[in-house]
Amino acid sequence: MLTLFDNKKEIIGFIITFVILIFLIPFLNAYPSEESLFHVSNFKISLWGKYICYAVLAMSLNLLWGYTGLLCLCQSLFFAIGGYMMGMYLMLMIGDRGAYKSILPDFMVFLGYQDLPMHWKPFYSFWFASGAVLWVPGLVALVFGFLAFRSRIKGVYFSILTQALTYAACLLFFRNDFTFGGNNGFTDFKEILGADINHALTQRTLYIVSCLFMVLVYLLISWILNTKFGKVQQAIRDSESRVRFSGYSTTHYKLILFVVSAMIAGVAGALYVPQVGIINPDEMAPAKSLDVVVWVAVGGRGTKYGPIIGAIVVNMLKSYTTQAFPESWLIILGFIFVFVVLLMPDGIVGLPNTIKKWRQNGFQSLRFKNLIKRFI
Amino acid sequence: MNITMSVLKLTKQSSFIKKFLLASLFFAFPFMASASDKVKVGILHSLSGTMAISETSLRDVLLFTFDEINKNGGVLGKQIEPVVVDGASNWPLFAEKAEQLLAQDKVAATFGCWTSVSRKSVLPVYEKYNGLLFYPVQYEGEEMSPNIFYTAEAVNQQAIPAVDFLLDEGYKKFYLLGTDYVYPQTTNLVLLEYLLSKGISIENIGGGLRKDSDGNVISAGKYTPFSHTDYQQIVSEIKKFAASGDACVINTVNGDSNVSLFKEIAASGLTADDCPIVSYSLSEDEFRSLPAKDLVGHLGCWTYFMSLDTPENEKFMSDFQAWLKTAEVPGLVKEGRVTCSPMVLSYNGVYLWKKAVEKAGSFDVDKVTAALKDGIIHEGPGGRVISQRNHHLTKNVYIGEILEDGQFSILKSYNNVHGEPFLKGKF
Repeated sequence: MLTLFDNKKEIIGFIITFVILIFLIPFLNAYPSEESLFHVSNFKISLWGKYICYAVLAMSLNLLWGYTGLLCLCQSLFFAIGGYMMGMYLMLMIGDRGAYKSILPDFMVFLGYQDLPMHWKPFYSFWFASGAVLWVPGLVALVFGFLAFRSRIKGVYFSILTQALTYAACLLFFRNDFTFGGNNGFTDFKEILGADINHALTQRTLYIVSCLFMVLVYLLISWILNTKFGKVQQAIRDSESRVRFSGYSTTHYKLILFVVSAMIAGVAGALYVPQVGIINPDEMAPAKSLDVVVWVAVGGRGTKYGPIIGAIVVNMLKSYTTQAFPESWLIILGFIFVFVVLLMPDGIVGLPNTIKKWRQNGFQSLRFKNLIKRFI
Repeated sequence: MNITMSVLKLTKQSSFIKKFLLASLFFAFPFMASASDKVKVGILHSLSGTMAISETSLRDVLLFTFDEINKNGGVLGKQIEPVVVDGASNWPLFAEKAEQLLAQDKVAATFGCWTSVSRKSVLPVYEKYNGLLFYPVQYEGEEMSPNIFYTAEAVNQQAIPAVDFLLDEGYKKFYLLGTDYVYPQTTNLVLLEYLLSKGISIENIGGGLRKDSDGNVISAGKYTPFSHTDYQQIVSEIKKFAASGDACVINTVNGDSNVSLFKEIAASGLTADDCPIVSYSLSEDEFRSLPAKDLVGHLGCWTYFMSLDTPENEKFMSDFQAWLKTAEVPGLVKEGRVTCSPMVLSYNGVYLWKKAVEKAGSFDVDKVTAALKDGIIHEGPGGRVISQRNHHLTKNVYIGEILEDGQFSILKSYNNVHGEPFLKGKF
């Protein structure tokens, strides 16, 4: 246990969060009657399921950006690919309950396809799809990462390239003849593993699975950080050339982390899709990956639980403000982001330290140069 | 009645309890009033992001309609309380907001969505909660959810009448051009079948065909991505295609790409006389941001034009302008506003819902849907609309020619066209 956690406080926080997320909330959803004060509605469960998936996505980015210094701007691409893989299985499980009563997905019927394309056929199997959720994003990351890291592409250049990659993929998926539903993507799912996807029990199960996966990723990242591998990883962040001159192949370290991070994002996407009920190319638009960067920055980059807090807080704010201030919510969120970046460089998690620093150094600590250095 | 009775009874009791209970009644009263005198109705449009420029107009017209209805006594004696949420051009967010409207706010009906993908993303939510959505924008059909009413133009209420018009005018060659998404793809496949059934040979349909390995056509026409700007090659292809003088273009290009397209057309020397272009995605509202200069003489086809000369339209436009002057809505643009078909179809949708609720005597979704299916008639700004069993509307279709000021002069009208969502394989 002690190798996984930094201190006692973290263990207590971990256990409390674990109990609340995995036992208390589902319990309050399942048992108290709907009128009860303690009842958690099905809507809230699917909303929280979504936040948790976003939190995992933010953790996967933090593994790269926070601990390896790679500002990857295509994290949403891996998330979306994972989602598409699960989406293919879900589309096939609709069977003949679509608008055309055909066993083909609706969008294929109106594009005039007669049979299922070859690459769709294995997705009748849930286990094949689950495997694809891991290896397809992993493979994309492996190929792209190999080319990028071998050429020693670093810093801003790496960020720009990853952004170009996700944009290219987005345009590709927009094409109707790419057999992934074009602009509309996949939607109107009916069942998963034989269970009605809209049923409260299914949604609750998906929520619990998402939470368990988040816990697993948390433990995985904690474990990595405490191994020799993790130490080298953080050394790469702090001074890559020094690590390389010390005889470590930084390319391999970065490549492994890039692939692992892509796989985590892929699984998060696969859990996200059945809960929100739609996946389309907009999920891999460059702006979506920037969103993830914002979550991590707001929560606290390079901390274990910062990304979780960031993703949940920002998305809760978004859910709330789009309803309470539908006309001006973007301005409100924008101000919050600017405030966080300028005044809280360590995010929400680092707030106590930031305040201490203000007290000691006054506004000296807020010099712009330092801020820019932090982020690039 | 219960309240007055209990107040009367209270007067007989001791003064302390009386005061206490009266006070609590006083505090409770606003809540009771809000529960009984109001009905919540959702507005689900993008107020930010890429679609905001189009969808904000629909929010405005919906708020105007609710105010108009509230001023005249509301629906079943209840005032409409709009719940506005922002879908932010983000499709999963649309689904989340739809669920919030249905599960938390428990709205009686929702008016919203513009893009097909936003409708597709909220459809399962409306079916799950048995909600009611009114969808107001021309679309590709091939869908008929029991929980959605499509006040929108179906393909046979826009694309097909426009082609009929062009056939009557003697055009024999049709070039299909669109943005690559589901609406243009589906519309063009339907048009291909329709044109072939009208005796147009396949060589005279321009833009290219794509076939699968068995030789079935899976895509007809030329497609460009969203926000595409380079139309040089396509326009030179159109110019060659139109050299015979009896060609026209069916344009389903979306949004700002049209600026580049029509600039290129004007630069190439093609005029509306040589080769008219009929655009399905350009209405009066789009010309607030697109220059109409390069489009003069080309065609449009909708179930409403602002230039319609009817008393209903006159009243609608002047009331809307008057509302704009006094309304206090954040971000409301007050100057240079026009009305267009999606706005009128939103407006009609609200009145159809109101009449159906009154006919059913209830806000219950199943009862309202049943009333709508029986056929509700409304004299709207674009003429009479009647709701049909298949969740679409019978309405008038107009062909218009684009003028310099972004208005349309009406060339022809087709009255009482029955809305039909499933058209593939019908011709």
